[in-house]
Amino acid sequence: MFTPDLKSLLLAGSIGAVLSVSSLVLAADAPVRLGTPVTEAQLSEIDLIVMPDGKGLPAGSGTAAQGQAVYDQQCAACHGAQGEGTQGVPALAGGTLTGTPILMTAGSYWPHASTLYDYIRRAMPPTAPKSLSNTEVYQVVAYVLHLSGIVERDFVLDASNLPQVQMPNRDGFIDRSQEQ
Amino acid sequence: MNDNKNYKHETSLDRVAGNGLLSRRHLLGLSLAGAGAAVAGNVLGAEAPALSMPAWSRSPGRGPSEYGNPSTFAAGIKRLAPPPNATLPGGGASRTPLHLLQGIITPNSLHFERHHAGVPDIDPAQHRLVINGLVRQPLMFSYEDLLAYPMESRILFLECSGNSGGAAGPTAADTSAGGLHGLLSCAEWTGVRLSTLLDEAGVLPEASWVSSTGADGASLGRSIPLNKALRDVFIALYQNGEPIRPEQGYPMRLFVPGWEGNVSVKWLTQIKLTDMAANFKDETSRYTELLPDGKALQFTFPMGTKSVITSPSGQMTLRRQGIHEITGLAWSGRGAIRRVEVSADGGRSWADAHLEPNQLELALARFRLPWLWEGGPAVLQSRATDSAGNVQPTREVFLNTYSPANRYHFNGIQSWAVSAQGEVKNVYA
Repeated sequence: MFTPDLKSLLLAGSIGAVLSVSSLVLAADAPVRLGTPVTEAQLSEIDLIVMPDGKGLPAGSGTAAQGQAVYDQQCAACHGAQGEGTQGVPALAGGTLTGTPILMTAGSYWPHASTLYDYIRRAMPPTAPKSLSNTEVYQVVAYVLHLSGIVERDFVLDASNLPQVQMPNRDGFIDRSQEQ
Repeated sequence: MNDNKNYKHETSLDRVAGNGLLSRRHLLGLSLAGAGAAVAGNVLGAEAPALSMPAWSRSPGRGPSEYGNPSTFAAGIKRLAPPPNATLPGGGASRTPLHLLQGIITPNSLHFERHHAGVPDIDPAQHRLVINGLVRQPLMFSYEDLLAYPMESRILFLECSGNSGGAAGPTAADTSAGGLHGLLSCAEWTGVRLSTLLDEAGVLPEASWVSSTGADGASLGRSIPLNKALRDVFIALYQNGEPIRPEQGYPMRLFVPGWEGNVSVKWLTQIKLTDMAANFKDETSRYTELLPDGKALQFTFPMGTKSVITSPSGQMTLRRQGIHEITGLAWSGRGAIRRVEVSADGGRSWADAHLEPNQLELALARFRLPWLWEGGPAVLQSRATDSAGNVQPTREVFLNTYSPANRYHFNGIQSWAVSAQGEVKNVYA
């Protein structure tokens, strides 16, 4: 589907070398194309997207036991010592989606562990987002999962097993993306 | 207070529904014999003092200025902004004072805000937009690059998915139309079609979703399906004619017409083509709608068919009996507004409000209907219908669809109660 554009660019280039008048005419018909080519490697610092299948996860690993120290220092003041939340700051652990009171947390509600890695790395802590190392993020994610009993305290979370973590509400969502 | 009750003897008033709703023809005073009497305050006018020449007519005023401001006497027309939150610096929202505005265009200074990590101060010369992932050639664009592309302009509403969430709560808050429904704005947005840039990068056949991230502290991310991205999504560079405001994503934001505001990622810096939704925090933990059985709706994108009366509305007071104009806004994420009905008796009877012809798709619509208030209690409601035939539900029907914890995509009918004293209040009716 992109062949015509590519062809017109090639034509503009090659014919232009011999026939400058024709190339001007062709260039005037060509769409504006000002993007500068880059490589994925050049984007590695700014592309922080982690997919549910684990694409985008960096090297490194961490356990909940290691994560507790990071959590206590970086997260507990707002999210509570056990992830119970504080005024205006969401709880991270426990909760149920029916009955009273309903409490939607990372443990009870989030469908993918990848979201924890993605979000904590890009946005937490709010006073200094992106200040945690990739290893610290693995540690904190492991600890938050552990607070809800999803992984053991000594489970070594890494890029290969994070997508396999069984989130309790994995099948709790109804996809409406094509109801447009 | 005037005590003129001439309207009570007015025989040509054309009542179209209960409790004083009048025909649209009264809007312009057309063919209303002796209409002046029905609206006039003091018909005699004899007690009014002679007018003196005002001071501002006796001296020159200020000279021209570089960037204009509203009159100091209109300084009360402001966004409804909360006090700063120490825990989440830069987080939170301010609301558009819908009840203080007219027409459909939101002035840029009054466009609502919702930030997740505050407003970054971005130097456009250093800002970059990249397109990567499942493309033939990843590309990078500067702000200046984008300014050179063909542009288009559209008048479009933007509504936060959490707008009106307070109206789903257990008690009716004592607040204004802007306070309840002000995460809503409408502007003329100008920018470059996303499909143009995607063509240039070359979308690979396996791509089905588009992830966008912002350059704010939260690097906020959202995913939209590729089919929408190619249909009408654009990168907005101008808002009502001037570069988009920092609060709206300067130097550039994604604009996804008709869809929940959060997907129109501000301070746009990355577009990534993927083969599944990224499932960002703001499309899992937030901006999903919990159902009564504990399941949740995910990727509910178009905003519902909705309307709200902006005047008379909460915290206003009617200062005289007689004819008032009921006016408000209607919109739908699935098309244009075709019809708005108004009730003055809590939904027992309805009358069609006046809409300008040729309503725009995915923009706000302004509706109006004259109403004769004779000093009795009233409950004012409005109900919108869009071009796809969707009708705004009652609050009760909306609430029965979802878990009591849900605060997203509320589009139930709003009720404003008018007391015998003329005080207007938010109520659940």
